[in-house]
Amino acid sequence: MLNKLFSFNGGVKPDPNKSASTREPIARLALPPQLVIPLHQHIGGTPRPLVTVGSTVLGGQRIGAPDGNVSSAVHAPTSGRVVAIEPRPMPHASGLSSPAVVIEPDGLDTAIEREPFDWHAAAPGEIRDFLRDAGVVGLGGAVFPSHLKLNPGKSGHTDTLVINGAECEPFITCDDMLMRTEPENILRGALIMQRMLAAKQVLVALEDNKPEAATALKAAARALGNASLEVVVVPTRYPAGGAKQLIRVLTGIEVPHGSRSTDFGVQCFNVATALAVWRALEHGEALTRRIVTVAGNVERPRNFDVAIGTPISHLFAAAGLKPDTDKLIMGGPMMGIPLPNIDAPVVKATNCLLASSPTLFAPPEPELPCIRCGECARACPADLQPFELYWHSRARNFGRAQEYKLFDCIECGCCAYVCPSHIPLVDYYRYAKSEIWARERDKDAADSARERFEFRNWRADREKEEKAAKLAARNAAKPAVKPADGPAPAADVAPAAAEDPKKALIEAAMARARAQKEAVAAKNTDALTPAQKAQIDAAEERRKRASELSGSDAPTE
Amino acid sequence: MYNSPYLRQNTSVRRVMVTVLVAMLPAIAMQVWLFGIGLLLQIAIASATALACEAAMLSLRHRPVARALGDGSALVTAWLIAVCLPPLLPWWMIVIGTSFAIVIGKHLYGGLGQNPFNPAMLAYCVLIISFPALMSQWPGLQGSDAATQLDWVLGGERALDAVTGATPLDALRTGLLGNADVAAVMQSPAFGHLAGAGWEWVALAWGAGGLLLLALRIITWHIPVAFLGAMALVSGVAWLIDPSHYASPAFHLLAGGTMLGAFFIATDPVSGATTPRGKLIFAACIALIAWLIRAFGAYPDGIAFAVLLLNICVPLIDIKTQPPVFGHKVEPPDGGAR
Amino acid sequence: MITALLVMAGLALVLGATLGAASVLFKTQGDPLVDKIDAILPQTQCGQCGYPGCKPYATAIAGGDADINQCPPGGDEGVRKLADLLGREYKPLNAEHGVEKPKSVAVIDEATCIGCTLCIQACPVDAIVGAAKQMHTIVGDLCTGCELCVPPCPADCIDMVPVTETVESWKWRYPVFELKVQPATLPAKEAA
Repeated sequence: MLNKLFSFNGGVKPDPNKSASTREPIARLALPPQLVIPLHQHIGGTPRPLVTVGSTVLGGQRIGAPDGNVSSAVHAPTSGRVVAIEPRPMPHASGLSSPAVVIEPDGLDTAIEREPFDWHAAAPGEIRDFLRDAGVVGLGGAVFPSHLKLNPGKSGHTDTLVINGAECEPFITCDDMLMRTEPENILRGALIMQRMLAAKQVLVALEDNKPEAATALKAAARALGNASLEVVVVPTRYPAGGAKQLIRVLTGIEVPHGSRSTDFGVQCFNVATALAVWRALEHGEALTRRIVTVAGNVERPRNFDVAIGTPISHLFAAAGLKPDTDKLIMGGPMMGIPLPNIDAPVVKATNCLLASSPTLFAPPEPELPCIRCGECARACPADLQPFELYWHSRARNFGRAQEYKLFDCIECGCCAYVCPSHIPLVDYYRYAKSEIWARERDKDAADSARERFEFRNWRADREKEEKAAKLAARNAAKPAVKPADGPAPAADVAPAAAEDPKKALIEAAMARARAQKEAVAAKNTDALTPAQKAQIDAAEERRKRASELSGSDAPTE
Repeated sequence: MYNSPYLRQNTSVRRVMVTVLVAMLPAIAMQVWLFGIGLLLQIAIASATALACEAAMLSLRHRPVARALGDGSALVTAWLIAVCLPPLLPWWMIVIGTSFAIVIGKHLYGGLGQNPFNPAMLAYCVLIISFPALMSQWPGLQGSDAATQLDWVLGGERALDAVTGATPLDALRTGLLGNADVAAVMQSPAFGHLAGAGWEWVALAWGAGGLLLLALRIITWHIPVAFLGAMALVSGVAWLIDPSHYASPAFHLLAGGTMLGAFFIATDPVSGATTPRGKLIFAACIALIAWLIRAFGAYPDGIAFAVLLLNICVPLIDIKTQPPVFGHKVEPPDGGAR
Repeated sequence: MITALLVMAGLALVLGATLGAASVLFKTQGDPLVDKIDAILPQTQCGQCGYPGCKPYATAIAGGDADINQCPPGGDEGVRKLADLLGREYKPLNAEHGVEKPKSVAVIDEATCIGCTLCIQACPVDAIVGAAKQMHTIVGDLCTGCELCVPPCPADCIDMVPVTETVESWKWRYPVFELKVQPATLPAKEAA
């Protein structure tokens, strides 16, 4: 039994605002006319599309294959027709587009035939591959592929598996509602994870502001009768639901930035992830739906069970967006990102959609100079000195910012929450982090360019030497045959002759290219000669063959 | 455009500064009661000067004047200057001190948040070095009526010796220099039960204001505790060794600017240390140097000099006392990830 | 007198010998300054500086033969970094060598490519693949945007396409801070 809870430093206690969206049960949202399913919804490689435009898909069919092991599959939530595979606006602060599969549901919702998977008998490696192909990723917001975390590491076992139902951010209630409605299956999923990790105990933790969920989970735990499973209620304090903070509260272990918690004998998953694991393994269901809280400045705040790929506008329409909404947020009010585009789709990371109004979240007052009051340092759950990070980030002094452990910052927003000078501290950290990443990318690119340049020079030198050696050998052999004055003009002629046919070839090719260019230009006019058409068709055919050859998996038609 | 967090605590620099001003009220009331209303006039002059200088500097630096004036930081500086000066100084000295603090001590370094030195202490030091005689003249308790006081502050003829006396620290210094021992000096009427007569009450009022700041989480416990602790420790050790030459800890805690320094001066966040351990070192060193100046230096009180000396050391103290970051407190197992 | 002379001469000998020995013992391999300069240069190998690659330009800067403002791809920031490293005065980019452009990559119009391999030979960083009479293509990730492949192409089928931001490469913007009242007279360099 867990008899002692630890604590983390700092943290804040904003008004939870959770009651509005928990009054109604989870509603299953009807399918929209179009689903936009981004291929890249998780940490790791971008999946390759497995379908082509025009093909029909079934519910649960894989439409994106994981790219390597650090990746995860993507599935069609329902049956329908693929109408486009193209970049679409993402639910991302940038508002930029990224490749997505656009599906028009046929309304039949025909599911693909599920392959039965006997996880009881399967080896952990097989289960991991299955979860990867079922697209199970962390649903708490980090969307890290779960199969990678379900590995006990070198030691072969884990002390504690933490199932995170803390849900510390205000307004968000999707995990709360899930724990109230499906406590048994969450715990069953947790027990599978426990088996895979060879964990001694499973701690399902939630904040003490969710008594209904705690009761439901405790009843389910009693029903399962597993002694190693325990439901722990932790004090409500933001960000107790941060994985590192929750691990600290439950076990007293601090997992440093950049290291795996399994090295410390702990692993942490969100409750919704545990449920997704259960559904994938027991029912063969791929991850194609999730619970999303719609709250804030809406008429009917509520949790919705939605197909991934549903446009965000569809959810807000269902919840009744109030007219004075001035911005949309994905996530909670402390860490959420602004949504520049309301047509962006719900992705696996979407736990909450917030509508903001000037009265709900007032625009910040103007930024004043930092007075080094230290409030931020007292609020920081990562024990950082936020004002020092701010100082160096603002001065673009990124080296110093990293010395003050900028990358240990979890961007929880506590520092900006308490700042009396209203400094958007987290914005400065995000800015500094992305600048540092960009610089590292540039440096890597420059280093690799230098390497290739030097290799190329070395190759050119080697070729020159080889040529010189060959020439010397030939010259050494020749004088015996030819008279001394002979070779000079011959040597002059030979390269010229060799050059001429090359030139002629290039000329000819250029003429062809010119003709082709004209043909391409002519494509815009309506009149196409049969010869041109044939030429174009042939080119299309070649291109298609080339694309077929380049992909190792043939597209399914 | 602004990003998360969208929720903000209801707090502001102005609120912090106003709280500090409110916390100063008990001590100001006590001083007015004991020494007369001259102090109020001084506060008014200092405030007006500070606001005028602040506004002028802000507009010269192309900063929004109204917003920065409203933050109240200039008022805090002005009030602190006014309360540490003897109550009946001529008005132009207050103007010189306050404008020096705001113009040179604050804005030439970059304004609010950028000044390495405590502006109020800078002003105090400039004045005590420039006008040592005037700066050591304190009026006696209930020594003069309000009209006389106003007249003096506004530049009227002064009959100083008639009503002014030395502060307890001054009396102690002069007495000890004249080969009297502590006990003998303490017999003089300037002294009350523990420190100077009346001064004890002013010090306790500062302490009460300081406790209010602590309760409202404007300051942390580190600086007052380290300051008072170090002062008590070092004066206590000296007192135990030779009570005839060194005053008791109780005297040192309640005399001069100890309480004011511990709760209102050393706790200035801008010029002070910011890490928890750094605050302890910072405040303890101020107390130590202040006591050394009191016991052996040429000035009766040394808190202003001690604060400025330690202000210089703040960057070093902060760098050397960075608290361990989450996850970096103990060496991670098997050699660690970094 | 003699003793003094002897002492001085002896000291000179000993110190000279030490210096000589040190220069042999602690001889640095290569010129670290050249490497440091080379690390700042963008490695486009474009030759706009007038040298056949970044390393030769770095050597020229270190040797005092070239100025620090001859690298358009490195841009203003590159000049500043070089000025910092070398303790020299910053100077704006020399327009003779070109102007700073947004980062671009070369793209071959595959329909018009005739497969002449001239661009492959021109590419300093081996970023073009293809063979004689086969269509060529440019590996976008490897392309440094040096434009050296553009002039040799006889079919004029290589375009420089500016690199656009993606969700992955997108950067958070510097938070706006409206602390300063911007009078009309404020010099423009303040904003830069």
